[in-house]
Amino acid sequence: MPRNNVLVDAEWVEQHLDDPKVVLVEVDEDTAAYDKNHIRGAVRIDWKKDLQDPVRRDFVDQAQFEKLLSEKGIGNDDTVVLYGGNNNWFASYAYWYFKLYGHQDVKLLDGGRKKWELDSRELVEDQPERAQTSYKAAVPNNDIRAFRDEVVASIGVKNLVDVRSPDEFSGKLLAPAHLPQEQSQRAGHVPTAKNIPWSKAANDDGTFRSDDELRQLYGDEGVDFGKDTIAYCRIGERSAHTWFVLHEILDQPNVKNYDGSWTEYGSLVGVPIEKDV
Amino acid sequence: MATETVIQGTVTRGGQPEGGAYVRLLDSTGEFTAEVVTSATGAFRFFARPGSWTVRALASGDAVAETTVEADQGAVTEAAIAL
Repeated sequence: MPRNNVLVDAEWVEQHLDDPKVVLVEVDEDTAAYDKNHIRGAVRIDWKKDLQDPVRRDFVDQAQFEKLLSEKGIGNDDTVVLYGGNNNWFASYAYWYFKLYGHQDVKLLDGGRKKWELDSRELVEDQPERAQTSYKAAVPNNDIRAFRDEVVASIGVKNLVDVRSPDEFSGKLLAPAHLPQEQSQRAGHVPTAKNIPWSKAANDDGTFRSDDELRQLYGDEGVDFGKDTIAYCRIGERSAHTWFVLHEILDQPNVKNYDGSWTEYGSLVGVPIEKDV
Repeated sequence: MATETVIQGTVTRGGQPEGGAYVRLLDSTGEFTAEVVTSATGAFRFFARPGSWTVRALASGDAVAETTVEADQGAVTEAAIAL
C-alpha cells in the first residue's frame, strides 16, 4: 500500500529515535515552535528562510538545496521523516520539495506535531548535532510542479482543486481566517476549480483519513480520477497537503502542486476569475 | 478587509488557562475555517467575516469542548471555552 511507504505513526518514530539513518525534520509556519521544543533528535528546516530564494519569488535552486541538506546533516540514503504544526501543511510542502529534488526515502509523521502533543509524547529543547554531509540533489522534477500558464490552460480541461476555505474560494476573504488578510490583488478562484478544502482530508487530530474515505471524498466532490490534476491554495502549502493525499496516498499519477497559487494567480493581468460574492 | 471581524477568547480546564490547546473555527455548515494553538494564558484569536461560528477546542487527554458565537462586524466577539 502506498500509504505505508509515505506515512509513519508516532510509535514508529519513537522506535526510531536513535536510528542514525532516520532524520526527523520539523517544518513549521511558526518557526519559533522548534525553539520551544521538538521531538528528540529533530532538526529544523525553515520553510521561508531555508526553502525560498531570498530575492526572487522561487525555490532555492539545486545547489542551495544541496548546501542546506548537507549543513543539516542529511544524507542521500537517509530516511527523512517530516512533521510540523498546522496539520502538517508545511511538512507536506517540504515533503513535496524533497520529492522535487529527488530524495528517495521521505515520509510524513501522520498527525504531525499536533497529534504528538495531544498524545503528550516527549518533546525536548536540546538541539541535535549532526555531522555535515555532501548531499547531492537531483534536477527538479517539474512533473509534480505546476506553473501559471499550465493552470490557465487547464481551465475546463484538468481537475483543478482549490483547497482553500470556502470563504477564500468564494472571494469573501483573501487569506485563512487566522492570518492577516494580504497579498493577491483580486479575490475569487480559477474558473472550473472544485473547492475541496484540505481539511476534509484530515481528522481533527491532524491524521489523514482512510484511503476509502479519501477516494470517496474527491470522487463525490467531482474529481475525475481519469484526468490530470492541479491543486492550489494561497501560497502552495495547503495544496501540498492535498497533493500528498492524491499523489502519495491515493497513488494518482499526474498530480501537480501549483505553488504560485492564489497569490500569483489572483494578481495576474487578464486571466479569468470566478467570484461568488 | 473592512468586512472582517475578530473572534477571540480563552480556553480553560478546571478554571485554569489551558495553553497548547488546538482551537478550530468552523463555519455555520461545520466546515473547518481555521485553527490556532492557545498561548500560555489560554488565549486565541481569529479573523473572520460576520456571522455564526462554532469554536471548538481540542486538548490532551481527548478533551474536547465547543461553543457557538455570533460575530458582528466592527466588534470583537468573545468566546470562552471550558474543557
